[in-house]
Amino acid sequence: MQDDLDCRRTTRREWFRECGVGLGSIALGSLLADDGLAASGASARPPHFRARAKSVIHLFMNGGPSQHDLFDPKPMLVERDRQPIPESFTNGERFAFIQGTPKLLGSPFAFARHGESGAEISELLPHTASIADELAIVRSVKTDQFNHAPAELFMNTGFARIGRPSLGSWLSYGIGSTNADLPAFVVLLSGGGQPSGGYSCWGSGFLPTEHQGVVFRSGRDPVLFLSDPPDVTRASRRRVLDALRTLNERRLEVTREPEIATRIAAYEMAYRMQTSTPELADLSSEPRSVLDEYGATPGSASFANNCVLARRMIERGVRFVQLYHRGWDSHGTGPHDDLLTSLRERCAETDRACAALVRDLKRRGLLDDTLVIWGGEFGRTPMNEERDGSHFLGRDHHPHAFTMWFAGGGVRRGVTIGATDELGYFVTQDPVHVHDLHATLLHLLGLEHTKLTFRSQGRDFRLTDVHGEVFRPLLA
Amino acid sequence: MRVLAATIGLLITAPLRAGDLVYDRDVRPILAVHCLRCHSGPDAKSDLRLDDRSSLVAPRGESAAAVVPGSTAHGLLLERVRSTGDDRMPPKGPPLDTAQVATLERWIAEGATFASSDADGIHWHWAYRPIVRAEPPTVARVAWPRNDVDRFVLAGIEAAGLEPAPEADRATLARRLALDLTGLPPTIEALDAFLADAREDAYELYVDALLQSPAYAEHLARIWLDLAHYADTNGYEKDGRRSAWPWRNAVIDAFDRDQPFDVFTRKQLAGDLEPDATAEDRIATGFLRNTMTNEEGGVDPEEFRVEAVFDRLDTVSTVWLGSTLECARCHDHKYDPFTQRDYFRFLAYLDQDEPDTTPTLHGSLAAGAMETVAGPPAADGTATTATTLVMKKSATPRTTHVFAGGSFLAPREAVDAGVPAFLPQPLAGGGDRAALAAWLTDPKNPLPPRVFANRLFALAFAKPLVSTLDDFGTQGEPPTHPELLDWLASEFVRDGQSIKRFLKMLVTSSTYRQSANADAATLAKDPGNRLLARAQRVRVEAEVVRDVALAAAGILSAKRGGPSVFPPQPDGIWTMIYNDDRWVESAGEDRRRRGLYTFWRRTAPYPTFMTFDAPSRETCVAVRPRSNTPLQALVLLNDPAFVEAQHALAQRMTERPGLGDAERVVVGFRRVTARVPEPIELETLLGLLAEQRAAHPDAEDAAWRAVASVLLNLDETITRS
Repeated sequence: MQDDLDCRRTTRREWFRECGVGLGSIALGSLLADDGLAASGASARPPHFRARAKSVIHLFMNGGPSQHDLFDPKPMLVERDRQPIPESFTNGERFAFIQGTPKLLGSPFAFARHGESGAEISELLPHTASIADELAIVRSVKTDQFNHAPAELFMNTGFARIGRPSLGSWLSYGIGSTNADLPAFVVLLSGGGQPSGGYSCWGSGFLPTEHQGVVFRSGRDPVLFLSDPPDVTRASRRRVLDALRTLNERRLEVTREPEIATRIAAYEMAYRMQTSTPELADLSSEPRSVLDEYGATPGSASFANNCVLARRMIERGVRFVQLYHRGWDSHGTGPHDDLLTSLRERCAETDRACAALVRDLKRRGLLDDTLVIWGGEFGRTPMNEERDGSHFLGRDHHPHAFTMWFAGGGVRRGVTIGATDELGYFVTQDPVHVHDLHATLLHLLGLEHTKLTFRSQGRDFRLTDVHGEVFRPLLA
Repeated sequence: MRVLAATIGLLITAPLRAGDLVYDRDVRPILAVHCLRCHSGPDAKSDLRLDDRSSLVAPRGESAAAVVPGSTAHGLLLERVRSTGDDRMPPKGPPLDTAQVATLERWIAEGATFASSDADGIHWHWAYRPIVRAEPPTVARVAWPRNDVDRFVLAGIEAAGLEPAPEADRATLARRLALDLTGLPPTIEALDAFLADAREDAYELYVDALLQSPAYAEHLARIWLDLAHYADTNGYEKDGRRSAWPWRNAVIDAFDRDQPFDVFTRKQLAGDLEPDATAEDRIATGFLRNTMTNEEGGVDPEEFRVEAVFDRLDTVSTVWLGSTLECARCHDHKYDPFTQRDYFRFLAYLDQDEPDTTPTLHGSLAAGAMETVAGPPAADGTATTATTLVMKKSATPRTTHVFAGGSFLAPREAVDAGVPAFLPQPLAGGGDRAALAAWLTDPKNPLPPRVFANRLFALAFAKPLVSTLDDFGTQGEPPTHPELLDWLASEFVRDGQSIKRFLKMLVTSSTYRQSANADAATLAKDPGNRLLARAQRVRVEAEVVRDVALAAAGILSAKRGGPSVFPPQPDGIWTMIYNDDRWVESAGEDRRRRGLYTFWRRTAPYPTFMTFDAPSRETCVAVRPRSNTPLQALVLLNDPAFVEAQHALAQRMTERPGLGDAERVVVGFRRVTARVPEPIELETLLGLLAEQRAAHPDAEDAAWRAVASVLLNLDETITRS
């Protein structure tokens, strides 16, 4: 066919342009950024306007931490502890688990004001309290979803079912990476397994698969099979990869299959990760004092270790590091998810490291360019769940109002934004819907959310669908 | 994906008569996108709930009701969506377009009902309607179709003004067929025989040989293991071992014998309740025992019994009904017509049992074909007979209750076994697994044949007709070829539910034989290959990635069946808090068995498979994602199993005396891709060989290993094309 002949004569770059395989123009740019994806440079792309942050660390508190017990104290809840909730609040509402007329649950934990800003933070988070003046605590976040998997997907992809690109993959697509030796989007897991939304929480949906999050393992070997077999030299491996690339590129020419371009890029990335990752993952090179500050122990699998790793990745130019820590789902159905014990445990596992991360970033001058996000997929009810008459304390899932905090690149410091009603049930001031949150995060990274689009199946898609407004009160 | 569904949804629905307007299909989507975010649920703005008809038609003080059924002149809803002023609804985002407003007008004029069946009482949603076997359409290119599948497909391609792709070359087809039907690449001998076979029916004979090969049944079984979520451990925190592999043997055996799918269904669900049930029939019910078991101290056994029954129901509904009923456990399904009561009535079929085990007798499975199923030696070295988990009906009937919020501690009304009202009702009574199996295999039940025909279509074409294999409900994707799907479903039933014959029909079609390379026009017009105007190119699944490498290198063990094995895996994968079980590497050929025999620990599955998107097997999985990451490259380059394959492939290339370098490279290239390399490809590999020799003059073996590692890492090697 004439098409094929033409293609063969042109360079890859021209060939892509002429026989384009349906990739969006920005993505195409990334594939060709260094013409052939050699180890010559990173794929950073200019944002739409001046970015306030260059990278993001998302501390995803998976399961839904209780805002009532951590950041949004309600004296009236304590006052009316175990009294039925006024019907005007719950009229006809469906909960994940609560049945009948539920009773209010005052927080069993003490709150105090912290820092110059006087932020109200629970006794469960003493370390977070110590960085109160760095934080923008937003009490008015809302979501549409009240079950874990859909809510996780919604928080990550702006869509409650699988199939859409995640925030991290949109960033990788939109502004690329500044380090050619590590993936633009890395996912770190702790607290036991994956989120219930699974792989799709960091999937690339219809974006080219090179933009999906890459999961590093927790513990000793963040990436398996990193070392070449003992009898293979680096030079020999390079020659193998060069030949492999030539053959895969030839196949790409013949088939026009974009997955092959992703695979070529993946091999080059793998080669570079062989050098970059061992050094990156070697926490023993951190001073004892730093490890102690985080509560990290090299070699073990923990949230604290992942926080140190996240900082090291940010230092090296990774665009988006997402840490999942599971276990915040404190329903109070038994000892394992009792509010009094399990919430305290989750806080103990994470509090010190979260605060150390923010302080450490600041000390190194990285906080101005790094946006740190803390929060779950939804909040929890002001009512005691009391599932099946359980005598343990717990709260059900709550989509209407919950708290997240932000620190660093482009956000205000030492403020508490937004408010909820006297029971903490609904937002009364400065509501931020998940779509608004996405618009705002993209804005901070220098991207206009209505313009960051990808054409798939005949339509231009956005992270924010047809919604979303930048949440100005958060911006510095 | 879902957006496309919305745009073509109206084109592909079943034959509702013109004039029929269906709330769920036509009206609700408009409201859902533009209105329901504010106007639904208890905190609906202005107290107006568009999801509740009584709220919709209720008088609203001074202003008109939102909707006055029968009148398009009155009513706030139409007034506001038509408005161009400040009071336009929705207040943000684009206004409704003319067609959307017209739909709302028509709906209101016709009485604004929330009905979901047409005038004949047949449900509007395509998947719940009776199967209609359409005549294959006539096509312009009369010479192209080889069978009726092709007529349906070609009609779609022609309607779009496109052409089918040319036929792929024979080597490509030989490899594609082998991968699709056996999960392995063709052996050089089979490949050469096929390429040299000048007989008219050489292709059909090649297909027959694949379907008869032992590898076919293992490949089919692998897919069934995902659906059943087979594992070798109990799950949850302790995740101790269990003996379930005899059931896996039985599944392989059933596919080997091409047990008709309805018979297979009956035995998987209720083999023990068959008249004169054999040991084998009882073992088949291990399907339902792939549920997790919590061995923690202090747990309420009833809680986890109920949890297992829930899981069985979710599995059965996903596998046979293509429906995720899970939501209805706690509340009425939000999008599909399942109520919570439906859920528990359906659950009652599975609620009459108690756990049991059965010994697996030596040689009881498929005499001759399988390994005898002696268990692993006991600690004292004596052979033991393995037992396996099976289902057993309780002596005392159990009354099933609706559980409020899905909680076993909150039983409400008692329910009898039954199926959702919108599906054909069971002919016979009975409320046990046998009754459920009878209903699922009743030819009048449209879902199981549709769902399974779609699954087999996906297996053959790497492209299902309904892309949401596990969701045939209203939130799933509609079929790309609805008439073809129904035709296939009816053909599957008509032909006695033979999986082998059905697959043969699919893979002998012209549609199947197309090249995966499309011309520019087709790519531009149909980037997602919805029209099937070319073959689908996909990376093969986790176990197949490994099997292909071992097979191409000639080191894959041919041993079938038996207990799971422990190929090498990195240290530290099995570090668990509540379990000191150790991964002790198998010896000998058990290190190189097919992937489906690898020991599957739910909390720590074999890492190489996870890197290639295998599920954890905690729940039923109908569709695996297909990622493409640098971590996969590291597996293929450095996982010891793949390194061993590199060594072995190097040996395969060099072991025959008297061949030149180029001939040797061709041997290796054909083992992984089935085709002969192009000159530029050969040149590249010979160039590598020369470079390696120059760098390490004394290491001829290493030079060939370098070539082998390129071959095993080719995109093409792990791709079905």
